[in-house]
Amino acid sequence: MIYLDNSATTKPHKDVLATFMLVNEQYYANPASIHRAGVESNALLTKAREQLANILHTDEKNILFTSGGTESNNAALFGLAKSSKFRGKHIITTEIEHPSILEAVKRLEEEGYEIDYLKVNKYGVISLEELQQKLRKDTIIVSIMHVNNEIGAVQPIKEAAQIIHRTCQAMFHVDAIQSFGKLPVIFDGDNGPDVISISGHKIQGLKGSGLLAFRKKPQLKAFIVGGGQEFGLRSGTVAVPQAVSLAKAARLAVEGMPGNVENFKKWSAELHHFFEQFGQEVYVLSPKDGAPHILSFSVRGLKGEILINALQKRDIIVSTSSACSSKQTKTSHVVEALNIDSRYKNGVLRLSLGAINTDEDIASFKKQFTIVMKELKGDITQ
Amino acid sequence: MIFKEILVRYGELSTKGRNKKDFISRLRDNVRYSFNDIAPLKIRAERDRMFIEVENKEKFDVLMDRLPHVFGIQSISPVASCEKDLDVMKALAFEILEDYREKGDLTFKVEVHRTDKTFPLNTHELQREMGATILPNFPNFKVQVKNPDFALRIEVREDAIYMMAQVIQGAGGMPIGSNGRSLLMLSGGIDSPVAGYLMMKRGVRLDAIHFFSPPYTSDNALQKVKELANELTKFGANIRLHVIPFTELQVAVKDAVPDNMSMTSTRRMMMKVADKVREDIGALGIVTGESLGQVASQTLESLTAINDVTNTPILRPLISADKNDIIKIAKDIGTYETSIQPFEDCCTIFTPSSPKTKPKLEKVQRFESFTEFDELIDRAVKNREVYQFPQKEVKEDKFADLL
Repeated sequence: MIYLDNSATTKPHKDVLATFMLVNEQYYANPASIHRAGVESNALLTKAREQLANILHTDEKNILFTSGGTESNNAALFGLAKSSKFRGKHIITTEIEHPSILEAVKRLEEEGYEIDYLKVNKYGVISLEELQQKLRKDTIIVSIMHVNNEIGAVQPIKEAAQIIHRTCQAMFHVDAIQSFGKLPVIFDGDNGPDVISISGHKIQGLKGSGLLAFRKKPQLKAFIVGGGQEFGLRSGTVAVPQAVSLAKAARLAVEGMPGNVENFKKWSAELHHFFEQFGQEVYVLSPKDGAPHILSFSVRGLKGEILINALQKRDIIVSTSSACSSKQTKTSHVVEALNIDSRYKNGVLRLSLGAINTDEDIASFKKQFTIVMKELKGDITQ
Repeated sequence: MIFKEILVRYGELSTKGRNKKDFISRLRDNVRYSFNDIAPLKIRAERDRMFIEVENKEKFDVLMDRLPHVFGIQSISPVASCEKDLDVMKALAFEILEDYREKGDLTFKVEVHRTDKTFPLNTHELQREMGATILPNFPNFKVQVKNPDFALRIEVREDAIYMMAQVIQGAGGMPIGSNGRSLLMLSGGIDSPVAGYLMMKRGVRLDAIHFFSPPYTSDNALQKVKELANELTKFGANIRLHVIPFTELQVAVKDAVPDNMSMTSTRRMMMKVADKVREDIGALGIVTGESLGQVASQTLESLTAINDVTNTPILRPLISADKNDIIKIAKDIGTYETSIQPFEDCCTIFTPSSPKTKPKLEKVQRFESFTEFDELIDRAVKNREVYQFPQKEVKEDKFADLL
């Protein structure tokens, strides 16, 4: 199987799995217990927290372990909205965020918060001028994703941060779930984000692991309450094996980043060049200067599902633009936001590259795709 | 921007004469000690300030990070430098002042000091020249000669121009070691590390003593106290921790003294042991975290009964502090999280249900008189274990493979 759906999820790294197993065997005690075994688990948890804090350039007390990206995004928005509502009720986000942000702001809107959505251009990038215009004194949260999961557009996070911090007191949340391990993701004092979401399973870690990291001491209202774990901000027995495996996956991702990115860039350029041969028949949505590991394209007048099935028969796994919405029949909100020619709207496919891919994978894809296109030519309904 | 040096202003400007010399050399040694992990510092100490040379950005960052925690420093300022050319000077001034552009309305002045008298502009001319260039570019600045919010200080020295504006508050206090050595009674609670910190801030060098009662208290409790001792070394001095095997004594007190007075008596034994250790290490005082009325053993009557065993000065920096204020300091200095770990310590295991808040000294003495405590005390002192902090990083990292 040639797996080109790494943005939906990745295959866990074998060392991460080994860590997960070992921690479950040897350090299974509850880190909140005061007996020796509990203290050991807790020491290991602290080490994992320190390692992640070092990678992100923040303090260990500013790392909260969560069950993954969706929870991190939800916790950031609900938690910050509740804790800052005395300062205002205005939130800014973008049209092309992941549903875990968009659905959360919808709920906040029902609760009386005011939401502004930034538009994107045809490359999927926001306008800093529009951000500047929409910022108000009572803006409390700005949430912008670093790399878009469907098309790989990269947002100007650093510039956005400077504008936000210069203009108001809003907390700047960055969904870095698709960018971590592919682009540099760190806190950068006043020049960067205040809050970052990261998910384990996108970086060869495990499903069910993630974190929410803060630049300064977290000031948010917990939305999972109970035993007061994680500094009282996220109750529930801390999943030490998940936390440790996340720390390991993050370290491997950052260490492997230069080599991986070099490969992704090479393959991405190769694929861009390859799709150009098809002229008007194939339209590439991903900008050439976007994230190197995501390439979305569309075949004119063809439903994405047909193409996925045809490639799957040939052992090549790709997905429609977003795994979360690939089961839905309507066009994705991201594709809608790009305002592309309607003939290309229904067939958007996403290739997403990962550390497990090889030069041969890309060559096979090109070969098989060419064959499939020839076969389907007859079926294309103009 | 190239920072050439860091200017350090001394705290406690009231010290004079030979004491001042001691203060300065002590501070210089402590600064060196705090940075002995990076290349040796070039320090130039003057009568009311010292300069530390900076060769590169890394060194600058480390210095700026740690200097604010060294006791005896009132404030520090990074100093930039450039050649003696008016245009270059203006450019540098702009670079330094850029940070103040967003800070709302500020009053400021230009201070000029010339040691190089050959410089073409005199002090007033240079002040005017710089002011006239700066003000139109920074609409939020207003000149005020007396007590401005901040000043741009320009020094024309023989070798180059030196400029500074930013002033960062230091930790204040006095250099550790300028006021001798004391022994800190470190229980593992919230108060005692704070008491230790406050004494260090007044220049006292510390040893710490802890009473350990296995099996009633666990290794966790001991580990916690070691961590606390280690955390206190952050403030620029090494600390020895004396761990006293206390079980035997504690049990003997429990057998000899009625329940409601055993707490007082236990404290008296601790004080006797501490005083012997103090004598042994040549320290002058004993530091405790006692705060008046906080618990039964900290009423004036209890303190009297406990203090009766020695006439060594007992230093109680928290005696008038409220619990909330103590907690605030503990959080600020980073010992709070360690202190609140819920392990039993020797003070909590045999706590009677209603200890006397007003113990009668004569009664306590009488009950104690039937047992040979001195022998037990000497044994406890002799069998103590001593640990050095900061610990050399020998702790093998058994988690390394997992992470």
